[in-house]
Amino acid sequence: MNTAVSPLAVGVFLFFVAVTLGLSFWLGRRTRTASSYYAAGGGVPWFVNGVAFAGDYLSAASFLGVCGMIAFYGYDGFLYGIGFLAGWVVALFVIAEPIKRLGKFTFADALDAKFNSRGIRLTAAISTLVVSVFYLIPQMVGAGALVQPLLGWPHWAGVCVVGAIVTVIVATAGMASTTWVQFIKGGLLVLFAAGLTVLILNRGLTADATDAALSPQTKETLRPSGRVKTLPDGASQTGPLDPVAFLGTLRESEIVVWRLDPSSGEYRPITKPGADLLRPGVPPQFSGAATDSPAARLNFVSLMLALFAGTASLPHILIRYYTVKDSAAARKSTVVGIATIAAFYLLMLFLGLGAMTGGNLDVSKSNTSAPRLAMTFGEVPFALITAVAFTTVLGTVAGLIVAASGAVVHDLLGGFLRMKLPDTAKVRLGKWTAVGVGAVAVGLGILFETMNVSYLVGWAFSIAASANLPALVMLLFWKGTTRQGIIASVGVGMVSSLGWILLSGDTFQQVYRLPADRSPVPFSQPGIVTIPLSFAVLVVVSLFTRPRPA
Amino acid sequence: MPHADHTPPPDEPRDPGVERHNARLGLVLFAVYLTGYVAFVLVIAVAPEWMGVPVGRLNVALVAGLALLLGAVVLAVVYALLCREPAKGNP
Repeated sequence: MNTAVSPLAVGVFLFFVAVTLGLSFWLGRRTRTASSYYAAGGGVPWFVNGVAFAGDYLSAASFLGVCGMIAFYGYDGFLYGIGFLAGWVVALFVIAEPIKRLGKFTFADALDAKFNSRGIRLTAAISTLVVSVFYLIPQMVGAGALVQPLLGWPHWAGVCVVGAIVTVIVATAGMASTTWVQFIKGGLLVLFAAGLTVLILNRGLTADATDAALSPQTKETLRPSGRVKTLPDGASQTGPLDPVAFLGTLRESEIVVWRLDPSSGEYRPITKPGADLLRPGVPPQFSGAATDSPAARLNFVSLMLALFAGTASLPHILIRYYTVKDSAAARKSTVVGIATIAAFYLLMLFLGLGAMTGGNLDVSKSNTSAPRLAMTFGEVPFALITAVAFTTVLGTVAGLIVAASGAVVHDLLGGFLRMKLPDTAKVRLGKWTAVGVGAVAVGLGILFETMNVSYLVGWAFSIAASANLPALVMLLFWKGTTRQGIIASVGVGMVSSLGWILLSGDTFQQVYRLPADRSPVPFSQPGIVTIPLSFAVLVVVSLFTRPRPA
Repeated sequence: MPHADHTPPPDEPRDPGVERHNARLGLVLFAVYLTGYVAFVLVIAVAPEWMGVPVGRLNVALVAGLALLLGAVVLAVVYALLCREPAKGNP
């Protein structure tokens, strides 16, 4: 659906992005040593680091994906938010402090602190690269979704622009500047989401049951959609509502949602009771939870397990533990991060439902729901939200690319190949890696245009949780863990989860365009099988490779 | 301040008693949250109709979801308040 390009919106957007980039360059001038490139020299204040945690974490997936999924499917989208936040509990209570004591730069450092093994370096570096690339895909898809309504550019152009800008940021600055960018962006994201929530509550809900609002649409005839059909007691509008009244009124209303009919290619309106949209199990995401199919229920539990276990094992989250000066600071950072993230997902519930009923949805693209919602409040809110989401993408992508280049330079070249590199060479190689990883992400971002970005992030979480979490947890809590056990666990976890995803019904249908029932795996989310498998492999291999007493 | 590879920052004092206390506290709070999260996920998987039961103008799903969000923050603050710090100048 094309929208008119507004010079004011573009101007506000460009100004905002320019300020962020300028700040990044200014702070990045001070990057001198490898330590300051990869970990900001260990000297970032804890509060800044905490909000930056949130900035790192609240990626395009959180903002565009969760909002879009709530706007399309109601409560099921909110479940992603609950799972994303729950992962932080694992990170704070179980992983944060021990890992801070173990390592310095990367996930591999933490795993390898005890064994100093080239094999661990190699597998951990590969796993970091794989997870980073999978996490980069949804960010790039999100970038395309953002520039489309703002600038009227095609999806691929948005993806290329983000890829180019981020690669320049990372190649010139490094971790010190990404921390500050993440801080500013994390803070603004929550503030703007709060502002939008106030506007939504103040606007209240309006009923619209006209034929024009209810006729089917095709790709060619898309029009702004998403309405309440009837309000309780036959009211036509509610006026301003408080948060509980907003949710309560929606629960008692009838809402029009849109579903693609694959045979005709039409988007058809379906009238749903609000009570159904505000509880889990509405199709298609977790339709299984409300059916009798055991595979579909396992699929849901599997996703929630991966979201829970994935956060602590994301490489770009872990490296932020090394950017503050001690364990106490890492702990305080994480508390600030959790509070910020919880506030954000709470607000996302209102943004998503506001988009569902705000009358400006593009029913073919869930990822554009948040910016299109902002558009209903005027050009400036739209430009600001788009700009902050755009810098969200920039910041998250920058953090991921730093993690990936750290894996290549520090772990592969320095740790596995034992190359003795001077600091300047390390930084230079890191920058070239950043360019390479950025190019791969751009290509994949163009390929996955139509998939919901939260769903794509679910994949990255599944791989991270299967490959990294068992090794990390067992290393910290089981003295019997051996070098070979860690290598086997990371390898098996990564290969099995990646393989499962590539063979899943969802991938068959949405990526290969094949019938989902030809998939050889029983459900799409791998976590419930591959996470325990990776734990089991670690224990068995460790028991077989125990050092014999002399 | 760059550090040599594979050594913790030199300005971080170590105290095994404090580390043990903090680790145990973390695991207890983790168990509390895990119980709530597992219960939430299992109810959705096994008896999703319970999630639609009204609670005032809201329903169980909304109340439980909000409780999980706020619960994580409350537990995090409790953790930060009850954690002990190693004595300074005692590396």
